[in-house]
Amino acid sequence: MSLLEVRSASKNFGSLMAVRQVSLRVERGEMRAIIGPNGAGKTTFFNLITGFFPPTEGEIWFGGRDVTRLSAQRRVSLGMGRSFQVAEIFPELTVRENLRIAVEVGRGLALRPWLGRAKARLVRQAIDEVLAATGLTTKAARLAGELTHGDQRATEIAMVLALRPRLLLLDEPTAGMAEQETYDTVALIRRLHRMNRLTVILIEHDMRVVFHLADRITVLDRGRLLAEGLPDEIAANPAVQAAYLGEPA
Amino acid sequence: MSTAIGERALDRLPVSRYKWPGTALLWLALLMVPLWVPWAGGYVELAGRALVLGLAAMGLNFLLGFTGVMSFGHAAYFGLGAYGAGLMLKYVTGSTLLALFTGTLLGGLAGTILGALIVRRRGVYFAMVTIAYGQIFFYIAYRWNSLTGGDDGLRGFARQPLGVGSWVINIQNNATLFYYFLLAVFAIATGAMAFRLCSPFGRTLIAILENERRARYLGLPVERHIWLAFSVSCFVCATAGALYALLNNFADPMTLHYSLSGEIVIMAVMGGMRTFWGPLLGAAVFVVLQDYISSITVNWMSFIGLLFVLVVLFFPRGLLGILGQRGAP
Ligand SMILES: Nc1ncnc2c1ncn2[C@@H]1O[C@H](COP(=O)(O)OP(=O)(O)O)[C@@H](O)[C@H]1O
Ligand SMILES: [Mg+2]
Repeated sequence: MSLLEVRSASKNFGSLMAVRQVSLRVERGEMRAIIGPNGAGKTTFFNLITGFFPPTEGEIWFGGRDVTRLSAQRRVSLGMGRSFQVAEIFPELTVRENLRIAVEVGRGLALRPWLGRAKARLVRQAIDEVLAATGLTTKAARLAGELTHGDQRATEIAMVLALRPRLLLLDEPTAGMAEQETYDTVALIRRLHRMNRLTVILIEHDMRVVFHLADRITVLDRGRLLAEGLPDEIAANPAVQAAYLGEPA
Repeated sequence: MSTAIGERALDRLPVSRYKWPGTALLWLALLMVPLWVPWAGGYVELAGRALVLGLAAMGLNFLLGFTGVMSFGHAAYFGLGAYGAGLMLKYVTGSTLLALFTGTLLGGLAGTILGALIVRRRGVYFAMVTIAYGQIFFYIAYRWNSLTGGDDGLRGFARQPLGVGSWVINIQNNATLFYYFLLAVFAIATGAMAFRLCSPFGRTLIAILENERRARYLGLPVERHIWLAFSVSCFVCATAGALYALLNNFADPMTLHYSLSGEIVIMAVMGGMRTFWGPLLGAAVFVVLQDYISSITVNWMSFIGLLFVLVVLFFPRGLLGILGQRGAP
């Protein structure tokens, strides 16, 4: 059984068909890339998967369960973790405080009037682990809003990881990053994927990143599923080449 | 933090390493009110009024300052607290504490139930519905003459002395003792709010305030947490309203009116909604100016309005914000 299955999902905004009958199966432990020109509907597709809004048509199944009608927060608690195209963090909190909230919410402690000693230690350990895993340990005391683009994205990914998700959805994780930051981010994603057998879906513009990371690639174009396959197959696909040449990303 | 982009959001919380001196000073000042207020030209009842309205403004700010959700209808719960306490004393019991408890429960539960119906609304819609709720209670109190006294308000009750074992504390006629009664209730209510804010729950409120989308995508049931904050804030306003009825031995339909809701918002914003104690300062300034200026002109509200505009324009963090983020309690 696939971890995620999208069955012919569509999303219309008025007369604009942003996503048209796109289906997708992602297996456990897979690293999937979604590519396509600007405005192809990639982010909208993520929004359908994660429950940002309901699909006009179609179904979303996650972990063998129909989640089409579940709220975003329910899907998150079922194990969908998501980053956004523009990092969504708590800018006026330190990196550690950002993670603390994520850990406390993720472990169901959000309504506790009081954390006992044991629970407080558990939270601290979880934060330290995620900080170490994402290379943010030395920046833990900084305000998240003051960090570089790359570190803000790392903070967002760290927060999502703190939830211990089963599926990680990353929307253009390297967009706007300098060479070194891109390199670090790719290394981070790969490490997370390898070490935890985490299932990852990433939307990505940078083709080097895509071909470096992805097991399989899905191509969207003007809301439609244009192609899906192994990186080599996609690179050789004439329709994909036409889409990219006809409308450069 | 040397290069802060702004303040640190957790600085809103009432407890931290560098806040305790300010907080200690504040409590000292509150405890000594009967000593210094008359010396400064005021009177103890006025301080009691500031304390009670300050509690209401702090209650509103539990919602406004810590989740960013604006209500223009909190007078409804304040007024229900006042009528709850007044009706209890008039028709049912001679116990001041029971009246306080009833008023708190009436306003708090009404807010909790009504809050559940509107937490999905945001911004202007939320504010409009809160006003509408408030006006419903206003008209009930206004029309139901036989029970509530209609537009004359509810009279014919008085707070009773507190009996503690064989002790009798005469809060009825002794203004100083009654002030300390108010202060004790104030301490419990603000202590409960501070405790709630310094828990994981308090941090979730700041998370919603800082970035609602991220809060939701951490799996936080945002609506439920806003509802809980709304509920806490209504309970506190209801307590304040009940105290207000005890203070005046009178429940006024204007305590239910949206104009009072607006005044409570003004107190919170003017005092500093980014701080826990700011609304208390706002209420104190409001009450003192009202007392002073209304003896000179009937247009006292335009003076307060002017002051409010000046504060919002020049000190957007409110009066307590002027004292500096670090030193402020
Ligand atoms: N919430 C929305 N309301 C209206 N139109 C939208 C909304 N979100 C996206 N769109 C439109 O849908 C199309 C696809 O957008 P998007 O999914 O962001 O593309 P991509 O992420 O592939 O660049 C675009 O034409 C965009 O303008
Ligand atoms: Mg996009």
